[in-house]
Amino acid sequence: MAKSKPRVKVPKKAEAGEIITIKTLISHKMESGQRKNKKTGELIPRKIINHFRAEFNGKLVFETAIEPAVSSNPYISFKMKVPESGEVVFTWTDDDGSKYTTKKKIKVG
Amino acid sequence: MKLDRREFMVWGVGAAAVAVAGLPTIAMAAGDPTAEDAIKEFTGGAEVKSGRVELDTPEIAENGNTVPVSVSVDSPMTADDHVTDVLILADGNPRPGVATFRFTELSGEAEASTRIRLAKTQNVIAVAKMSDGTFFMDKQPVKVTIGGCGG
Repeated sequence: MAKSKPRVKVPKKAEAGEIITIKTLISHKMESGQRKNKKTGELIPRKIINHFRAEFNGKLVFETAIEPAVSSNPYISFKMKVPESGEVVFTWTDDDGSKYTTKKKIKVG
Repeated sequence: MKLDRREFMVWGVGAAAVAVAGLPTIAMAAGDPTAEDAIKEFTGGAEVKSGRVELDTPEIAENGNTVPVSVSVDSPMTADDHVTDVLILADGNPRPGVATFRFTELSGEAEASTRIRLAKTQNVIAVAKMSDGTFFMDKQPVKVTIGGCGG
């Protein structure tokens, strides 16, 4: 499987107190665990991104538990109120325990 | 390259739709939770009112593999009055759970979007939990032309 590559879209600059939209996408097959192998009839084991989390300067902004019903290459967008300059850290957690992270800086003023 | 992939997708989706048709009864027999069970678990049996939650889904989804869903909750998002969690369910999937969004004070607005799989025509449900312990719900029917891969 191709390596999971996270992509995020965050404005570089914001006013203090401004509410921004953050868009995220990670390449991942999101094997639901419901599909069957056509030849053997066996269920293909589930392997999905089961959790996503965004923190700003160490404080939680948004997180979500993800079930197999979320599409492959999961896309998530959400809002954030920017209090000051800082860095947003995004973390995706895979069923196998791997974590994928990426970071983006936001400058206020 | 692109064409190949499309062709592959069409075949995959068709096969999955056939496979899914027989699944729900099997899933229920195995004791999988229904959407109602999932709501009860989320609310702890509390009353769920309508209003405040707005679910934005397409009326008709041609491809059940990737259906855009947006949810927004009318809330000032202050320390005293905010949305803590929003549960998203699809009541006609083999398993109804889709996602649970958690919002914080840093969210500013309780609004989030994602893309989901729908096995067949069904309702998408959003239940929001407020900081004062009340619950609000919205439900939107989505017509699915080609079912999403197994839920």
